[in-house]
Amino acid sequence: TFDRRHNSTHTPPPARYGGRHTVTLIPGDGIGPELAKHVCELFRFCCVPVDFEVVDVDSSMASEDDIDDAIMAIRRNGVALKGNIETNHNLPPSYKSRNNLLRTTLDLYANVMHCQSLPGVRTRHRKIDIMIVRENTEGEYSSLEHENVPGVVECLKIITKTKSLRIADYAFQTARAKGRRLVTAVHKANIMKLGDGLFLECCKEVASGYPEISFESMIVDNTTMQLVSRPQQFDVMVMPNLYGNVVSNVCAGLVGGPGLVPGANYGENYAVFETGTRNTGKSIANSNTANPTAMLLASCLLLDHLKLHDYASMIRRAVLSTLTETKLHTADLGGQGSTSEVLQRVMNAVQSTGPRTLSM
Amino acid sequence: MAGTAWRSAILNLLKQWGLSLYGKDKIKAQEVSQVVGALKKESLQPRTFTRGIHTVTLIPGDGIGPEISTAVMKIFEVAKAPIQWEERNVTAIQGPGGKWMIPPDAKESMDRNKIGLKGPLKTPIAAGHPSMNLLLRKTFDLYANVRPCASIEGYQTPYTDVNLVTIRENTEGEYSGIEHVIVDGVVQSIKLITEQASQRIAEYAFEYAKNNQRASVTAVHKANIMRMSDGLFLRTCREAAEKHKDVKFNEMYLDTVCLNMVQDPSQFDVLVMPNLYGDILSDLCAGLIGGLGVTPSGNIGANGVAIFESVHGTAPDIAGKDMANPTALLLSAVMMLRHMGLHGHAQKIETACFDVIRDKKALTKDLGGNSKCSEFTDAICQRVRELV
Repeated sequence: TFDRRHNSTHTPPPARYGGRHTVTLIPGDGIGPELAKHVCELFRFCCVPVDFEVVDVDSSMASEDDIDDAIMAIRRNGVALKGNIETNHNLPPSYKSRNNLLRTTLDLYANVMHCQSLPGVRTRHRKIDIMIVRENTEGEYSSLEHENVPGVVECLKIITKTKSLRIADYAFQTARAKGRRLVTAVHKANIMKLGDGLFLECCKEVASGYPEISFESMIVDNTTMQLVSRPQQFDVMVMPNLYGNVVSNVCAGLVGGPGLVPGANYGENYAVFETGTRNTGKSIANSNTANPTAMLLASCLLLDHLKLHDYASMIRRAVLSTLTETKLHTADLGGQGSTSEVLQRVMNAVQSTGPRTLSM
Repeated sequence: MAGTAWRSAILNLLKQWGLSLYGKDKIKAQEVSQVVGALKKESLQPRTFTRGIHTVTLIPGDGIGPEISTAVMKIFEVAKAPIQWEERNVTAIQGPGGKWMIPPDAKESMDRNKIGLKGPLKTPIAAGHPSMNLLLRKTFDLYANVRPCASIEGYQTPYTDVNLVTIRENTEGEYSGIEHVIVDGVVQSIKLITEQASQRIAEYAFEYAKNNQRASVTAVHKANIMRMSDGLFLRTCREAAEKHKDVKFNEMYLDTVCLNMVQDPSQFDVLVMPNLYGDILSDLCAGLIGGLGVTPSGNIGANGVAIFESVHGTAPDIAGKDMANPTALLLSAVMMLRHMGLHGHAQKIETACFDVIRDKKALTKDLGGNSKCSEFTDAICQRVRELV
């Protein structure tokens, strides 16, 4: 049967009419909706030429129509900003993770997270600057499981040469574009000799084409140990899906937590921006205590992608300067500030640096 | 009462009842406990004890293995721990039918003594046989890897309040070694989760929590993505939690655990998880307290076998130069003493070790000092004498 979700042969032209871009906005669950609202407010305040097309995805419904509509909207607009969609892991395997479905259908093969020590945030380690490039569509997240014998479950981890070459190439190109000097591949090829062995080989092959960038490989358990003792030794890291999950969460924790780091998912034709650690924040939803920094910085990445660099820098500067005010820190940073206070301060900062804002 | 006094009391009791100990009807430890009944349940009675001395199989290992084993034996002697060491070597030999196995005398010794202490073993590359650790694991069905991670007072790391235990399923999961090349350029690795193995590890985790006064057990999983496999693991953990209502149970995603672990490790107690997550998390926690050079580890197997080991490498570059740090092997040996119920001796040796590290007067190079291994060992021996 024809699956309309996979009909990606026609790429529509970029949605830019009258100088304004249309971007799909998926609020998601937990703290997603309130943060999405704040981004809209801020963009309107700064007169950013972006219109949001909001698509709600109801995670409690068994039917996949909602996520299909969201995917169609992203195909239409090419770019999206999204909150995390809840996955109830007690439901049967026929209910697939909506986030994973979105990533694999749109082939958003590279998840990029830039973890850097931010001024104003007190952490145990200083001067961290790690760029994590994680394969986003295969590996352990292939969702291929079966139970041949009752009580024995097999889960398949798929590693392919094409996707490994693709992600390695993406990592090295990013490293070159940003002037980075070292790429570390994270793997477990001593145990998974064929799977991770293939991944490692592909990385080595791609590395040979970038002689100005050093290439190293490290086993994942040693990597986590090194990350908590000396994270400054890492520059760019590239890895398959599951290790990427672990390493990106460890790095996010090292620089200050889930409220600070934005994440980006890039594909050939589409880009989706979200918070780096993909949390729904169910327990703090609607309490005005969530840290909007991650989502605001993600929206800056979105603006950069749309080549609206001036707006991106303006908002980013304002957000980072707000972070230095310790008394505004939200609960995740050890303070008692509220989300709305932080947002107000960001808007003040924007107004004091540039002329292009609405009246307060 | 110290272990030796208990044993003499039992022996006297048995003599009164006309049961003989010497001669060919050697009484097994289990029979003793059945007769006397109310022996404290926590102490696992060792299978071999003659005149109060427990026999333990010692595998010194390669590289720095022999020196640190000697250090541990010396400290135990000074502490007057009732341990008798039976040294064995494990090098892979090919048995009948071409199957690789450990030497039969090592196997026989372990089966008899049930408790073992192992130093680091060389991992061969292209030697044609699997790693020794894998062989040992298969031979004795070592299904649980237990790593207690607690911040060491004298050895500063950015994390000062770590006190958790990682319990990792050690036989299946992602490390089943089942891989295929489907077509050229596409590889599939199979992650195997079985109900039986999950039940075993979950049971062990709750038993451990109870026996070591731990308040809660957390199951670490990724069931949102791997619904069936980690779902099965979670279900068996929940069933085990039902049977042990006195221990709190909760479940957490792997990424949430990683995120919270590097921000606030004090919130974790006992963590139980499948093989791969366990590998990564246990090394992460070892990194929090100072690395593999100071982390103890124990492997629990079927039939009461338990092998305690140091998890660092063989360090061939410093082997034989009296520079090695025996802390990891020593703390594993302390873990072994606790497992055997010899809490008094365990406490003494552990306190002596931590005191010496806190004093900072005789630290080996990796701990930040420039003393020799023998000097470090002597300092601990001296402290043990003071504590006796």
